Amino acid sequence: MDSGGPDITTFCLNGKEVSVPADPGERLSQALRERLGAREVKVGCDAGDCGACTVLVDDAPVCACLMPVQQAAGRRVETAKGLAAGDPVAQALMERFQDRGAAQCGICTPGMIASAVALLRVNQAPDEATVKDALGGVLCRCTGYRKIIEAVMATGWVLPADGPAGTAIRRVDGQAKLTGAEAFGDDVAPAGTLEIRLVRSPHAHAAFRLGDLGAFRAARPGIAAILTAADVPGRNRYGVIPGFIDQPVFAEEVVRFRGDPVAAVVGSPEAMRRFDPADFPVEWQPLPEAATSDAAMADGAPLVHGDRPGNHMCGGFVAKGDAAAALAAAELTVEGVFETGFVEHAYIEPEAGFARLVGDRVEISACTQAPVMDRDTVADILGWDRSRVRILPTAVGGGFGSKLDVSVQPYLALAALKTGRPVRLTYSRTESMQSTTKRHPARMTVRVGATTDGRICGFEFNGVFNTGAYASWGPTVANRVPVHASGPYRIGDYRAEAKAIHTHCPPSGAFRGFGVPQAAIAQESLFDELADRLGIDPLDFRLLNVLENGQPTVCGQVFAQGVGVKACLEALRPAWVAESAAAQTFNDHAMTLRRGVGIAAGWYGCGNTSLPNPSTIKSGIRPDGRVVLHQGAMDIGQGANTVIAQIFATALGASLGAIDLIGADTDVTPDGGKTSASRQTYVSGNAALLSGRALRAKILQLVNAPETASLTFHEGRIEVAAGAQRHVIDLARLTPDGEGYVLRAEETYDPPTKPLDANGQGEPYAQFGYAAHLAVVEVDLALGTTRAIRFVAAHDVGRAINPMLVEGQVQGGIAQGLGMALMEEYLPGRTENLHDYLIPTIGDIPPIETIIVEEPDAHGPFGAKGLGEHVLIPTAPALLNAIRRATGVRMTSVPVTPSHLRAAIREKG
Amino acid sequence: MGYFAPRSLDDALSVLAAGNARVLAGGTDFFPAQGRRPIATDLVDLTGIAELRGVTQGQTGWRIGAATPWSDVIKAPLPPAFDALKEAAREVGSVQIQNVGTVAGNLCNASPAADGVPPLLTLDASIEIASRSGRRHLPLDRFLTGVRQVALDPGEIVVAFHVPATDDMDRSAFLKLGSRRYLVISIAMVAVLLRLDGDRIADARIAVGACSPVARRLPTLERVLIGQDRAVLGRTDLVAVEDLASLNPIDDVRASAAYRMDAAAQLITRALHVAANRGGANG
Repeated sequence: MDSGGPDITTFCLNGKEVSVPADPGERLSQALRERLGAREVKVGCDAGDCGACTVLVDDAPVCACLMPVQQAAGRRVETAKGLAAGDPVAQALMERFQDRGAAQCGICTPGMIASAVALLRVNQAPDEATVKDALGGVLCRCTGYRKIIEAVMATGWVLPADGPAGTAIRRVDGQAKLTGAEAFGDDVAPAGTLEIRLVRSPHAHAAFRLGDLGAFRAARPGIAAILTAADVPGRNRYGVIPGFIDQPVFAEEVVRFRGDPVAAVVGSPEAMRRFDPADFPVEWQPLPEAATSDAAMADGAPLVHGDRPGNHMCGGFVAKGDAAAALAAAELTVEGVFETGFVEHAYIEPEAGFARLVGDRVEISACTQAPVMDRDTVADILGWDRSRVRILPTAVGGGFGSKLDVSVQPYLALAALKTGRPVRLTYSRTESMQSTTKRHPARMTVRVGATTDGRICGFEFNGVFNTGAYASWGPTVANRVPVHASGPYRIGDYRAEAKAIHTHCPPSGAFRGFGVPQAAIAQESLFDELADRLGIDPLDFRLLNVLENGQPTVCGQVFAQGVGVKACLEALRPAWVAESAAAQTFNDHAMTLRRGVGIAAGWYGCGNTSLPNPSTIKSGIRPDGRVVLHQGAMDIGQGANTVIAQIFATALGASLGAIDLIGADTDVTPDGGKTSASRQTYVSGNAALLSGRALRAKILQLVNAPETASLTFHEGRIEVAAGAQRHVIDLARLTPDGEGYVLRAEETYDPPTKPLDANGQGEPYAQFGYAAHLAVVEVDLALGTTRAIRFVAAHDVGRAINPMLVEGQVQGGIAQGLGMALMEEYLPGRTENLHDYLIPTIGDIPPIETIIVEEPDAHGPFGAKGLGEHVLIPTAPALLNAIRRATGVRMTSVPVTPSHLRAAIREKG
Repeated sequence: MGYFAPRSLDDALSVLAAGNARVLAGGTDFFPAQGRRPIATDLVDLTGIAELRGVTQGQTGWRIGAATPWSDVIKAPLPPAFDALKEAAREVGSVQIQNVGTVAGNLCNASPAADGVPPLLTLDASIEIASRSGRRHLPLDRFLTGVRQVALDPGEIVVAFHVPATDDMDRSAFLKLGSRRYLVISIAMVAVLLRLDGDRIADARIAVGACSPVARRLPTLERVLIGQDRAVLGRTDLVAVEDLASLNPIDDVRASAAYRMDAAAQLITRALHVAANRGGANG
């Protein structure tokens, strides 16, 4: 019998025998990552809910987070890294993943690979159902799973590694994602680094008093520091919108949501393994809470912030024409109250990072969507000049908006400063879900009128958005919603108002679409109802009112070009006709199952709303002939590294093979702005285009070559050919600058917008992107379950820089839209893990047909428009409209769980 | 704190008897419940004890070792009466969970939504428990006493499940209802076992999970069905509200209580239909 105590476990890791000392019951994932350096094993939940840590033990996929390392004794353990090195089945699979873009952020990929290899070892030609059964235990939040299924089944695309803007090529940064070599937030700290744990409020609203911290620390060897509000040398507040910097790093006296941190404990890994936050000396005195926006607006409601009466944070407003008069004159009106709840981003990578002091500076490596904002925020918190903070972002295992805000960064900086030593911090899944931002719950009251010939006649929107305890991006949501609530339609008489209300809930912030997906649910649902009441086909009704070139938006903005929503809707017509007929035939013979087809459209303005949001891209040529692209636009899985490089290479006239990518790093890459607002392809893409063109011009100028010349980059020289003329630039003869570049170009692009006036009239965005989705569902009337069986998604992207990445965005966005519509419901204190909070699995996403519409935009690089947020805006309303056609029931709140839908079906009778 | 991986049941019982130790098998409930908190006890890993693993047939029926992982249940050659158990096994979490999560673990965790319980109830399974003072057997419904509560005393270990001999003409089915396809905690689930004598229902066993603190058989409904012609199974109004009187589901984040009752009735009807239309071993 094995004895107790810290023991040595011996097993075979990727073909090599390893012996590892570990604590009794230490998770295999922990031992692999921290004791054996196998950081390719990614941890997403520590509960078997996400499958990211899947490894093979004696050929069987298991969650390494659920196995004590001692159970691996004498067994064979294989990880993605080992599979990549030595298994031909895995190697071929990884190539197929690259060809299809089946890895986006890459955090789930090692687990997907391991699970798929286990299947392919016993079944070389699995069908789709078998693939789903085998991969059902690994969650992916980026891809929508369809490309993963294709990669495992060896169907779909084979792609080149190089190609100009407009061609589908593999990701330039794909390989490391497959082997697990990609270093995410938790993957950069050396083993043994001091660890930080936060002490968080268990109450939604409470006063608190810290106890004897000195005694607590003295009793616990290995604890290096305890941090509280008193340890914040600069401003103990952060935020993202000027005027709304209201979130404390550490709460002072009062906590405002469950999860609000009051202290941090820093210690050695051994000490932190013994640390239980429940032992921390703090006394709570719970206070009355405002849990919903209704409660927060009620008379006498407890104030979340004393200086914001009525818990009213801010509002947004757009008015054009006379909505009330138009509605009064309308021959038909429909109205409804629509509700949505908190939605969690549920990226598979919890927030994590590492920091160290270097001289009089602090360097922070963490997952982020906004490195420069992180730098500025941390500098303010430390009370330091910005030049003393360096942000070296790690790979990002999904963001979707939430990693625009700082999370771990302030604590990393403060702990590094306090201890003088390197530190790391990784949120648990529960911490991540408790404390980081959410999609705003909304209650929207909407009225729409029409004339009997089907023209919209008056539109009123009133939305109340639960913005949680702190501001985060709530003001942006309040501003964006009234601008977008009309949908991409021509509406002359319009009034939309949005209010952001504080509650004692986690802060609501940025989440793919900034409130627009919520508004689209209300608007597109009512448009379907209006079409039905008018007896007009829902697609025809939309086309009758659709926005076109030369027509004013509800903000009075007129685009002479680039409005492609009509083409998106038209692109759905064949599927609309065929699927509607097929559903009718099905329903004629079905008993408890009913099929329905729904459509919805959407639009989204790319970039900040009427505010500057420049991106800068720098490039240079080294004497050795390598072109270096300083690419600061964070790639969070969506593909910015590839898209920006393709745009730049095309503008320069080079192949991608000639180009080295650098970044992001606030010391060496200029500000690419935040990865948000669907702005990177458009804004940073334009900066890359300008940088590439400027660099090209400098090269041509050296030899006086015409613009039509072709460039070839060689070791130490550039060949310039124009017709019969051929020049060679010997780079060794040029003098390198301080950064080692013989030629360089740094260019900035900022979208041209104009401010909105008091009525929201102006030019909020230089471009919009457009979309229309069709969803086919099958509803089980007796159980209330909804199964999506097909999507067709038409997206006007202006110009698809990389059609493979466009499809990836569309499929991933639809998966998130489906989750929001059918299953996702974040309830503070109740669904703070990935088994109570459900996101779609591989078995929930049906085939998705992507139709790329290219209505070039005058401002976009090669005509390109943004895409990231557009992709989920029409999904939920298309599903709701499909459910209505299947059942006759109009669902006005999401998620439409079986329980809710069945209740509505029963009520209808 | 120590980690003990005994090879024999006696050794395991000795460690447990010595005091402050917790039993660990597949770890699929242990680690999620533990989270990041330090482990404050000794651990006794039961997965290395041969007696606790495997599915075997004896003279009076079947024996499933307590620490048999669900994937081994799926792979075991078993008669059709076990189809429901295998279907439930495929719904336990994911492949990853099924590869290590054990049958006894599923029961001892005593979640109202434990997938393994309804099929074992329809199999009339009993549970064999060992301690240093000997062994005892309990019917499953007496072992499960409440939410997260089982009749297991300190120092005791679940050794095996025993299923009395099944009939080749038995047929069974399991249906699980959740809000997504994989990795989902049941809103409601139903296991049924039918024994047909020609067209006559000779035996009917129906168990419902996630609709009461502990999954329950529905003896009233079973009695109504036994003796009837199998044609009755085609009726959509087969299940009356009073048949479900022993259930008392809760409202929670997954569903309302009313929905669970509604869904349970529907699932029972469907599961009976599925089972009835399955061939038994000879058909």
